[in-house]
Amino acid sequence: MSRATAFPVPPAPGGTGGAVAARATALSKVYGHGETRVAALDAVDVEFRRAEFTAIMGPSGSGKSTLMHCMAGLDSISSGSARIGEVELGTLDDRRLTRLRRDKVGFVFQAFNLLPTLTALENITLPLAIAGRRPDAGWVERIVATLGLSGRLAHRPSQLSGGQQQRVAVARALAAKPEIVFADEPTGNLDSRSGTELLGFLQESVRALGQTVVMVTHDPVAASYADRVVFLADGRIVDEMREPTAGAVLDRMKAFEVNGRTN
Amino acid sequence: MLRTALRNVLAHKARLMMTALAVLLGTAFVSGTLIFSDTVEGAFRNKMSKSLDDVAVQVTAGRPGTDAQDDGALDSRVVGTLRALPGVASVRPSVSGVVVVADKHNDPAGSDWGSTGANYVPGKDGKDSRYPLVTGRGPAAEGEIALDAKTAGKAGAEVGDTVRLAVDGPVLGKKLVGIVETDDPRVTSGGSLALFDTATAQKLLGSKGRFSELVVTAKPGADQQQLTAKVREVLPKTFEVQSGAQLAAEQSKMIDHETSSIRNTFLVFAGISLFVGVFIIANTFTMLIAQRSREIALLRAVGASRRQVVRSVLAEAAVLGLVASAGGFALGLGIAVGLPRLLKATGAELPDGPLVVEPSVVLTALAVGVVVTVLAAWLPSRKAAKIAPVEALASVDQAPATRSLVVRNSLGAALTSLGVALMLYVTTLRDSGGLTVAMAGSALTLAGVIVLAPLLSRPFVHLFGKAATRFSGVSGKLAKENALRNPRRTAATASALMIGLTLITGLTVGAVSANQGMDKKGPQQLTADFKVKSASYLGLSPEVGKEVAKQPGVAAAVPLRSTGFQSEEKPALATAADATRIGKVADVRVTAGSLSGVQGTGAVAVSAKFAEEHALTVGSAVRMSFYDGKKAAPKVAAVYADNDVLGEVLTAPALIDPHLERVRDDEVLVKAAPGQAAGLPGRIKEALGGNPLIKVETPEDLRRQASGNIDPILNLSYGLLGMAVLIAVIGVVNTLAMSVFERTREIGMLRAIGMARREVKQMVRLESVMIAMFGAVLGVGVGIFLAWSGGHLLRSSFPQYEMTVPWARIGIFLLLALAVGVLAAVWPARRAARLNMLESIGAQ
Repeated sequence: MSRATAFPVPPAPGGTGGAVAARATALSKVYGHGETRVAALDAVDVEFRRAEFTAIMGPSGSGKSTLMHCMAGLDSISSGSARIGEVELGTLDDRRLTRLRRDKVGFVFQAFNLLPTLTALENITLPLAIAGRRPDAGWVERIVATLGLSGRLAHRPSQLSGGQQQRVAVARALAAKPEIVFADEPTGNLDSRSGTELLGFLQESVRALGQTVVMVTHDPVAASYADRVVFLADGRIVDEMREPTAGAVLDRMKAFEVNGRTN
Repeated sequence: MLRTALRNVLAHKARLMMTALAVLLGTAFVSGTLIFSDTVEGAFRNKMSKSLDDVAVQVTAGRPGTDAQDDGALDSRVVGTLRALPGVASVRPSVSGVVVVADKHNDPAGSDWGSTGANYVPGKDGKDSRYPLVTGRGPAAEGEIALDAKTAGKAGAEVGDTVRLAVDGPVLGKKLVGIVETDDPRVTSGGSLALFDTATAQKLLGSKGRFSELVVTAKPGADQQQLTAKVREVLPKTFEVQSGAQLAAEQSKMIDHETSSIRNTFLVFAGISLFVGVFIIANTFTMLIAQRSREIALLRAVGASRRQVVRSVLAEAAVLGLVASAGGFALGLGIAVGLPRLLKATGAELPDGPLVVEPSVVLTALAVGVVVTVLAAWLPSRKAAKIAPVEALASVDQAPATRSLVVRNSLGAALTSLGVALMLYVTTLRDSGGLTVAMAGSALTLAGVIVLAPLLSRPFVHLFGKAATRFSGVSGKLAKENALRNPRRTAATASALMIGLTLITGLTVGAVSANQGMDKKGPQQLTADFKVKSASYLGLSPEVGKEVAKQPGVAAAVPLRSTGFQSEEKPALATAADATRIGKVADVRVTAGSLSGVQGTGAVAVSAKFAEEHALTVGSAVRMSFYDGKKAAPKVAAVYADNDVLGEVLTAPALIDPHLERVRDDEVLVKAAPGQAAGLPGRIKEALGGNPLIKVETPEDLRRQASGNIDPILNLSYGLLGMAVLIAVIGVVNTLAMSVFERTREIGMLRAIGMARREVKQMVRLESVMIAMFGAVLGVGVGIFLAWSGGHLLRSSFPQYEMTVPWARIGIFLLLALAVGVLAAVWPARRAARLNMLESIGAQ
C-alpha cells in the first residue's frame, strides 16, 4: 500500500490498544466578539484512545458538535490544542487540513452522506479516489462484508433504504483506514431497527476491525453501544462513564438537566 | 397570488439575477435597435428636408444614354427660360460627374463611386451657399480648383499648391484656391470632391454649355405645385421635372426603405438573442420549481388549486420580465445614445439629431420582455401544477423521479428526420427557388436537434467524461456524473449556445466557400499577369493600351472594350479585342472554326452557350441590335468554350466602335515577359504619368476585392450573434450557479471527506466545459450540415461555389467554446469552493 502523503504511516489498527488517536488540550472555541461573544468550548481536555468507541453526550448547545468539528478539522479552534495522532490541527492551513481529513479522518453525518450520482461502491471508495489512491481490495471487501452491503454495491443511493445508506456512509468512513472516525448523530434519521443495526456495525468496526470511532449523540440508547461516554455541558467536560448502559446514561443526563436548571 | 409572486422574486433575487440579465440584454437589443433607427431616421429626415427647403423644382437631363441631345440640352437657354417664369426666384445650374483627385501616392483620394466633381456657382455675394468656404475663395478660372477639407488632406495640398487630377484621360494640374465644406453623402462616406468654375466643369464633365441639373427656387408666396406644372409645360418631355415635395417624398421613401431594412436585420438578431434567452428562463424556472417543490406541495395541501399554482409561477415570471425589460429599456436607451458617438469615433458619418424615443418603443420593450419570460415559464409552471400535495409530507428528500424521455426523443427524432429530409431534398434542387424549403428545413433540423439534445448529451458527456476522468481524476468523474444527472438541464443550457454556434458556423462556412468560389470565378481563364483599369466608370482612352504595349517587359497588352446589344430580344454583351492576340492573355479554347476569322465588321466568335441558345454554328449569322438603334448581322467565324474573359460574343473593335458613345477601353490585359513581372505595375503607372485614374491590378487584388464584400458582412454578423452567445454564456453561469446551490450539501460533504477547494473548483469547471463543448460541437455539426445542404441552392447562379470547411476557424470556435466554459465557471466554481463546510452539511 502506498500513500501519497507527507504524514507518517499510522500503526496498523488494532495493534496498539491504549495509544491515543486524538487529543484536545485546553481546547476553546469562541464565536463572536464583545457583547455577542459565546464560548462554545471552554478549555476542554479530552483524549480518544485507539480502537475505542467513544460517545460524546450532552444537551443541545452543550458544545458536543463543536467539539467534534474542531477535533475533525472541520472548524478552526480559538485557543488550546487539537491533535490527531502527532499532528497539531491549529498549525495547518486549509490545504493541509483538507489533506488530513482525506487521509486520516472518516466521517458519518446524520444525513446526506452520499453522492446520488455514484454507486454504493463508488461512494465507499470516494475518499481514496479523491486522494488518487488505489483502494485496498481486501480491506474494502472486509468492511463491505462486515456491514452487510455485499449485494448492494452497484446500487445508487436512491435505490437503498435509509439504513443501507448510512451503512454505506460508515463503509466510506472506514475505507481509507483512517486514524479516527467521527460520526455526528448517525442514527438521527433512522427508524429504531435500522438505528440499532447501524450502532451494532459501528461497535463491530471497533471490535473486529480495530477502528477508532467518536460518535456525537443525544440518545442514551445509542451511547450505550460505546465503550466510554464523555458528558459535555456548557462547553466543558463534566463527566465520563465507562461501560455505559442506557439506563445509567439517562440518569446521568437527567442529573445534569436538574443541575443546569438550578444553575 | 401576486403578492406570493412578488415575494418569491424578492426571495430569490440572487438566483434570478442571471435570468434577469438574459432578458435584460435581449430587450436592450430590441429597444436599442428601435430607438437608434428612429433617431437616425429622424436625423436624416431633418437634414434632407433642410437641404430641400429651398428647392421648388428640380430639372435633370434625361437618363444618360437616351437621346437627350435631339430634343435640346439642359443649357443656358433653358436656364434663361426658367428664370423668366413668374414666381421663380433663382435657378442654380449644376454640373457634376466623376473627377479623380490624386493623393500623395498618385492613387485616387476618394472611393471609386464617390469621386465627385462639380461646378462652383457663386451667388450675388460671390460665394456658393451649397459649398461654404473654409479658407481661400471659389474657383473662377480654368486653372483653378477647390477641394473639400478631407480630400485636400489626402492630397496633401494647401491653398496655392497644384492638385493633380484626372477625369477620363491624362493627368491635369490645377491650382488649389479654396477649401470648402460639404454634406454630400457620397463625399462624406469616403469619396472626394473637386470644384471648378462652371465653364471648366462643363468642359471636363459634360459637353460644353450643358448642365446636368437645374434647381429652381421660388419667390415667397409662389405655389410649388403650379410652378412645377409650369416648368413642365415650357420644357421638352425628355427632361425630368420634379417638385420639391416630390423629391422630399422620394427621399423619405428611400430613407424609410434603408432604415427599415437595417432595423429589420438588427431585429432578427435581437430575436435570436431573445430566443436563446428562452432556454435560460425555462431552465431557471424548472430549477426553482424543483427546489420549491415541497413549498408548492404545501400550498396545494392547504387548498391552492393547480391553476393557482400555475398562475403564481407565471405571475412571478411576469414580474421578473417586467423588471428585467425595464432595465433592458434603460440599457437600450444608453446604447442608442452611445452608439452614434462610437460610430463617429470610428469615422462613420451620421447626421446629428435629437434622440427619438417613441412611446411605442417603451411599450414594445416591456411587452417583449414580459411575453418572452412568461412564455418560457409556461412549461415549468405546468410541471409545478403536477406536484402532488402529498409531497409536502415526505420526510426524506427523494431524488425526483427521472421522467422518461421517450416522448421527447420520438418528437425530436421526427422533427430532425423531417428537417434533414427537407435539406437533402434541397440538395437536389437546381435553382434558387428552394429558399423557403431550405429555411423551413433548417428551422426543423435545428428544432429537432434541440429536442433531441438530452439524448445526444449522454454519449457526448460519457466520452468527454472519460477523458476528463483520465486527466482530472475524481473531479472529472464527478463532473461527468453531474452533467448526466439532469440531461434536460444540460441540454437546455447547451442548446442556448448551440443556436449561436450553428448560425456562426453556417455563415462562416457559407462565406468562406463563397470567397473561394469567387477566387475561382474571377480569373479562371485569365492568363494575363495584370489588368490596367480606370478608377472611373468612363473607361480608358485607347492611347493607354498603346502606351502600355510600348513598355519594356510587356510581352502582350490587349485592350478590351464592350457594349451591350440584343439578340432575339435577349440582352447580351459583346467584347471587342484583337482576336489574333487574345490567346496571349486568356485561355481560349476554340471548339469550331478559327479566331483568325474575327476581323472587321463581318465576323464574330461566340461562346458555346450563346451558340446553343441561338442555334448558331460556324457560318450562320448573328442578329445584333445595338442600343443606338442600329443593327448588324455578322457571320460566326468561331465557337469557343464558355469563357469568363470574353463573355458571350467576341468581335473586332471595328464592329462595335460605331455604336459606342465614346470609344473607351474597359481594361487592358497585360502579359509580362518571362521574369519581368516584378515591379511592372509600378513602371506601367509611372509611364502613364502617375495618373490616379489608372489602376494596375494583379489577380490577387481582384480576389481581395471580391472577398472584401463578404468579410465585413460576416464580421457584422459575428458581432450581432455575439449577443446571442453572450446570453448563452450567462445561461451556463446560471445553470452552474443554481446547480452549486442545489448541491450545497454534497459539496460540503465532499469538502469534509477531503476534497480540496481546488478540486471542487475543477469539478464545477469541468462540468461547465462539458456543457459548453457539447453545445459547440452540436452547433458546429448542425451548422456545417445546413451550410452544405443549403449551399446547393447556389449551384446554378454561382457554379464555382463549392463547400469549403475552414477547419482552422472551426477549431478556433471550439477553443473559444472551451474558454467560454472555463470563464462561465469562474464565479460558480469560486462560490462552490468557498462554501462553508459546516453550514453546507447542515443546509436544508
